[in-house]
Amino acid sequence: MERIPILKMSGFLLVSIQVDMHDQLAMQLQDDLTNRIATSGARGVLIDISALEIVDSFIGRMLANIAAMSRVLDAETVVVGMQPAVAITLVELGMSMPGVRTALDVDRGMALLNASRAAGDTGHDDVPVS
Amino acid sequence: MTSLSAESLPVETSEHVVSVRQAVRRRAVELGFSLVDQTKIITAASELARNAIQHGGGGEVIIETIALQGRRGLRLAFADRGPGIADVARAMTDGYSTAGGLGLGLSGAKRLSHEFAIEAAPGTGTRVVIVRWK
Repeated sequence: MERIPILKMSGFLLVSIQVDMHDQLAMQLQDDLTNRIATSGARGVLIDISALEIVDSFIGRMLANIAAMSRVLDAETVVVGMQPAVAITLVELGMSMPGVRTALDVDRGMALLNASRAAGDTGHDDVPVS
Repeated sequence: MTSLSAESLPVETSEHVVSVRQAVRRRAVELGFSLVDQTKIITAASELARNAIQHGGGGEVIIETIALQGRRGLRLAFADRGPGIADVARAMTDGYSTAGGLGLGLSGAKRLSHEFAIEAAPGTGTRVVIVRWK
């Protein structure tokens, strides 16, 4: 069966969506990622959507679900690389994707996850800004 | 309104949602739509195709390149075999869903289009027509 590959890299899970996903494939990815977070103990998930030409309400909801499920499993999700035209359309569609952290590209997304992990390692949620 | 060319595609499975998106993209590119305009009409098509499957039990879409008074545009007419919609005004409200979705399909597709029409008397299926002009 067709599947979107999930890579593990320096303690994070990395997904790059390179195909025009039909709905079952999106649901499969949601299930696979949730299971991989649990089995791998990864603390961060990075989803690269720079190749996606559209994000409709179904894919938007999948991204929001992944972010919510990963949070429950003590991992953080960052969605990176959204095309400007996709962002414009998503907002006009009425989807604000609350609870989904985003970054412009993979580098910034990685930096965000690393910063969260570093902050988490101190054992305090409220790390003072120095 | 003049029809320049038209094609009909089935809307029965989630693979068809993908093929509808691709056909709409092809025509939007042919028409010289900007990237944002392409993205808007493809996203609207995706929402309406999924609605036709989830609520209407499937149907078809006619994708048509049209011209009116020197303007060209893309017209998409979705027709399903479902039960129709008893309360169209309510179905058009953001966040109203009977299928556990986000309830953005119809209202979102309307916002992403220049023209929007819906005929959905109970018992006759639902027909949604959208137009986006270049």
